[in-house]
Amino acid sequence: MIALRGIDKRYGTQIALDDVSLEVRPGTVTALVGPNGSGKTTLIKTILGLTRPDAGTVALAGVPIDREGEYRRHLGYMPQAGHFPEHLAVGEVIQLVDALRRGIAVDDDLLHAYDLGAIWEKRVSALSGGTRQKLSAAIAFRYAPQVLILDEPTAGLDPLACGILKDKIRRVRQAGCTVVITSHIMSELEALADDIAFLCDAQLQFSGPVVALLERTKQPRLEGAVAALLRARSGPRPDATPRYDAENIPTLERP
Amino acid sequence: MTTTRLVVVAGIRDMAGNRWLAAYFAAFVVVAQSLFWFGGTGPQVVLSLLNVVLMVVPLVSLVFGAMHVYASREFVELLLAQPVRRRDLFTGLYLGLALPLTAAFVLGAGIPVLMNRGFGANGIAVLALLVAGAGLTFSCVAIATWIALRTDDRLKGIGMALAAWLATSVLYDGAVLAFASAFGDWPIEKPMLAMMVTNPVDLARVLVLAQVDASALMGYTGALFERTFGSALGSLVALGALALWCVGPWFLAARRFDARDF
Repeated sequence: MIALRGIDKRYGTQIALDDVSLEVRPGTVTALVGPNGSGKTTLIKTILGLTRPDAGTVALAGVPIDREGEYRRHLGYMPQAGHFPEHLAVGEVIQLVDALRRGIAVDDDLLHAYDLGAIWEKRVSALSGGTRQKLSAAIAFRYAPQVLILDEPTAGLDPLACGILKDKIRRVRQAGCTVVITSHIMSELEALADDIAFLCDAQLQFSGPVVALLERTKQPRLEGAVAALLRARSGPRPDATPRYDAENIPTLERP
Repeated sequence: MTTTRLVVVAGIRDMAGNRWLAAYFAAFVVVAQSLFWFGGTGPQVVLSLLNVVLMVVPLVSLVFGAMHVYASREFVELLLAQPVRRRDLFTGLYLGLALPLTAAFVLGAGIPVLMNRGFGANGIAVLALLVAGAGLTFSCVAIATWIALRTDDRLKGIGMALAAWLATSVLYDGAVLAFASAFGDWPIEKPMLAMMVTNPVDLARVLVLAQVDASALMGYTGALFERTFGSALGSLVALGALALWCVGPWFLAARRFDARDF
């Protein structure tokens, strides 16, 4: 569904993406993981056309993405944090995006589940961070996209709202939507993802089914598997400092 | 065009609730009305208001404009993730900021003039003042947008906007004076005219002063401008140059918006 080939991206002297090639299978949830600054957000923005790669190509359903942006009609995007004009009402924000997406059937599931209709007239400036995130999620899922890009979607959401969002992700996946999701909460990704792509130091270190990663690293949980990938990447260290292990968290003892 | 219209309307609605914009409008109402209360007549009010406009309009348009662009960055990302053309979106965002700022100035300065029947015989001068202020707003918002799109560091960008204001509104006069003193024995008319065209604030000043009988206030560049072009042609040249100062920075900012990574 999404094919990235040889993507390079630099910001000045800093390398954000180095020869990244990734195939996202249609109708799957692919988790994009990696340490802070590994290039996850740059990769997401490259798919969305917000960032232009220095080299390489991005294709959606076999069609290279263009500058006009018409292909984004099939995309839904939920950024890390929901930012909207402070003096617009919730309804005005939704109506603006509706109008920009003209002629597309809408999916009101999250709008109802998060009860955003009750705050339709409320200004964005009066909303909490979590409610802004709910609004952001409702907009991302609203146009029944074929591809959903979710950048840390549960950050700032309460447990109930998190559960609603995860259920919705599962439902759209079952309906054939392709989902790319980033998160630092491995348990969350483990419950949602079919495939995993691990980025570190601007390079794609692993991509494939979650099961394959667990087998390769001989870890029972995704958290441990990703930690193992990170350890393998950083290499053995000469000192004997205990390292993080999801299965065996070291305890501190008084001298 | 639909994208542009939608984004302009959303921008205007958002700015309509902005307290700073309301304060900007109120400040012009208070200043203009006070000038009438203190016994000013039409031309005196225009001249006094001109001094306020030349300092305040570029300052607010540059600094507020840059701050607004920085504050909108994440929302722009969300809009860019929709099926929209970048140029249409940019035009919408620019007009959604420039139009409310212009309206706040024109209404803030214009309403007291209307209330005090200040148009009368000075109609052209008042109109020139409003046009000059509007032109300065469009130009300075475009410059601020260009600065904010070029500079990722918010603090640095706002600093650059302030520096642009300082250069056009304060340092420019000193530079003209220094240049005229240093090269007084040389034929410096053409370089001085060229210097004047490089500053939208000076163009706005000459555009208004050409409509009132205030030769003494023209300054070196203004007097030179009037002597070279005459009053009517000079006004047209100043208006044309000011229009270029709106289109040029807008074009630069639009190109930057098209090319930049978000």
